[in-house]
Amino acid sequence: MKPDRPAGAPTPIAVRLEQVMVRFPGHPVPQTLVFDAAIESGKITAITGASGSGKSTLLNLIAGFETPDSGRLRIFGEDVTDTPPALRPVSVIFQEHNLFAHLDIATNVGLGISPALKLTTADRARIESALDDVSLAGFAGRLPPTLSGGERQRAAFARALVRNRPLLLLDEPFAALDPALRLDMGELLAALQEKHASTILLVTHHADDVRRLADRVLFLHDGKVALHEEAGTFLQRTEPDVVARFLGARPPAS
Amino acid sequence: MRANTKRARAMRADPPRVVLQGGGHTRRLTSGLGVASLAGIVLFVGTAIVALSLAASREGISAGAGATSDMFDAYLWRVARFTLVQAGLSTLLSIAFAIPVALALARRRHFPGRIWIVRLMALPLGLPALVAALGIVGIWGRQGIANDLLASLDLGRPIAIYGLTGILVAHVFFNMPLAVRLLLSGLERIPGEYWLVSANLGLSPVQLFRFIEWPVIRGLLSGVAGLVFMLCATSFTLVLTLGGGPAASTLEVAIYQALRFDFDPPRAIALSALQIAVTAILLILLRWLTPPATEAPTTGRPVRRFDSGSSVLLLFDAFVVALAALFVAAPLASVLVSGLVSDLFKLATDPQVHRATATSLAIAAVSAVLSVALATAMLTTRQILLSPRRPGGFAQVFSGGVAAGTSLILLVPPVVIGAGWFLVLRPLGDVARFAPAVITAVNTLMALPFVARVLAPAIATHAARTDRLTTSLGIRGWSRLRLIDGPGLRRPLLMALSFAAALSLGDLGAVALFGAQDMITLPFLLFSRMGSYRTTDAAGLALLLGLVCVVLTFLGTPRALEPRGRIGRGHHEAG
Repeated sequence: MKPDRPAGAPTPIAVRLEQVMVRFPGHPVPQTLVFDAAIESGKITAITGASGSGKSTLLNLIAGFETPDSGRLRIFGEDVTDTPPALRPVSVIFQEHNLFAHLDIATNVGLGISPALKLTTADRARIESALDDVSLAGFAGRLPPTLSGGERQRAAFARALVRNRPLLLLDEPFAALDPALRLDMGELLAALQEKHASTILLVTHHADDVRRLADRVLFLHDGKVALHEEAGTFLQRTEPDVVARFLGARPPAS
Repeated sequence: MRANTKRARAMRADPPRVVLQGGGHTRRLTSGLGVASLAGIVLFVGTAIVALSLAASREGISAGAGATSDMFDAYLWRVARFTLVQAGLSTLLSIAFAIPVALALARRRHFPGRIWIVRLMALPLGLPALVAALGIVGIWGRQGIANDLLASLDLGRPIAIYGLTGILVAHVFFNMPLAVRLLLSGLERIPGEYWLVSANLGLSPVQLFRFIEWPVIRGLLSGVAGLVFMLCATSFTLVLTLGGGPAASTLEVAIYQALRFDFDPPRAIALSALQIAVTAILLILLRWLTPPATEAPTTGRPVRRFDSGSSVLLLFDAFVVALAALFVAAPLASVLVSGLVSDLFKLATDPQVHRATATSLAIAAVSAVLSVALATAMLTTRQILLSPRRPGGFAQVFSGGVAAGTSLILLVPPVVIGAGWFLVLRPLGDVARFAPAVITAVNTLMALPFVARVLAPAIATHAARTDRLTTSLGIRGWSRLRLIDGPGLRRPLLMALSFAAALSLGDLGAVALFGAQDMITLPFLLFSRMGSYRTTDAAGLALLLGLVCVVLTFLGTPRALEPRGRIGRGHHEAG
């Protein structure tokens, strides 16, 4: 997060992928993914594409769960290609299992501040206020299994808030929620983004999420970045076919 | 069992009237067989217990008289205490060894040979105790490899295997791998996201242990420790062969000695009563300690761990895994090597070996078939009785009876049943004449808990899949057996047969009590050749018996514990 940038300067780049290549050996045919892109900071960028196009691999690369075979990866200008996941300026939220089921909500959030759970009074106050931000005040002592799926995802957001990393990676965070909850969570995400001016990468295979939340879209096809453009432009597209299909259009009759 | 009640409930939700009307004749026959099976089991075990308690009340007067009573009590107390102390120590050592091994194997998911180490941990389960004892003596005995090594370093031969040491080593040999497998499968059920989230949060190995691994282990610990304690408290053959004398005698071995050597029925009776009390308490504790099995809802995200960086941790993991593998593999290798160098040809032409093999195979075959038949009859009957929407009182009682009947042998150990029947048959002349029947019956009962565990879910699923369709098509009687039930249940039935046969082939307990000159099984022959120091014969026999039992057990074990192969490309793209 760099709030003091001179007026008129171009939007700084949050994530820069320079010919980042991953090779998968296996089944049924070996596959090579090459990513080359510059993702702007302070925006919500949707990473989307058909299943198998490389969405999760891209997210794993940025989070540090996957190491590239070649190429460089920079986050906020710094080369993090060989940096372990915990040292990257990144928080991650998955579809499920973001919380350790046997630890209460406050502890789960507290791990975002200190992995050894050494918490000061100030830290505890931050946990309280983060839970308040995601409308989970009073849930501190509850265990994750006693919460609904939406509440658990909100607790995961609270942990991302206290961790305070400038880049938030979301891997289908709403996929396990029903439509009404998806809507609520989307609003919460947009509000948090506005408040903290953070950069968010959202992996999703729902055109609806793109429509409601994204400023920019990174459309992947066949292990490559096929399109990288404004969400508005993307949503108007009727070609190429893969994009039209993704947006819900029928394939043209042949 | 749980799946079965669930199925019963599911059946009650559907209108099952058709099911009951179709094929009523066959079903009545099946139910009759099922009820008769349960009655037979209860009668067989009940006779033994009644005989013991009748004899107890008859002999009670003489045993309870005067000064002998105090000595008697002191003896009972000593045996009971040793039983529990050795079981406690065995459990402690097995679990303490198993935890770091399971953690290391869970942490290192891909290294060459990992799958073989996991398979190695499954081997002791199938090995007859007697064969393992021989292998353990080969490594840890006075002339064993461990002492040889120490002697070559001028340290003398400090390891004395017979006594508590030997019992502990043998129990750890059997139960550490079991605990490793149970703990490992628990650790592998941790959702893959946990490791990613932890890597993102920067949890160190110590913190991972504190926040993720230890809570999982703690949840499993009471159940695993309870099971291991139960197995060690009722272990017979290992204590008999490695205990080395009355000082290290457990209740089961003391019962055997009381009947076989001292011919002291009152003592056998008192010990049996104590044994039943101890196992009853243990079973209740075990039931109470075992947490209900929870199916972890996973998204199927592949497990990738990021905590394998530090080289100190890598060295530690490599060390404990290597140590465990060596500890388990060494006695097995010892059995293999000394078996191969023994005079196998001489053994193959020894008429006594032929007779023992024939006897063992016959007993194993009959008891395996019997135990599978009994279990099938009882489980199918329960299925039929529980299928109406509102099962009657008899159905409920029968269902509970099946659960209790199949695991009766856990409460009343083979040696106690043997002791009871010994007393029943003694007035009729030489007990050895009845040996084949009693041994077969006891072996049948011994296999029942395992057979039921394999068959119960299989029968329930099969019924749920085929019952209504079969009935609506009017397939019944012989055709139903040939076309529907036979093919549908063939795999689980063969697995149960295989496991039961392995158990019976490797069993020494019942034979030891009844065995005589003309009633010799392979384990008994092995036992007597070990006792008469014909060690090369023993080695050859052990190899033969061990191989057959291990193969049969493997055929009889579901493939559930096999880990999935390397994660493919498709899994990466789960999102």
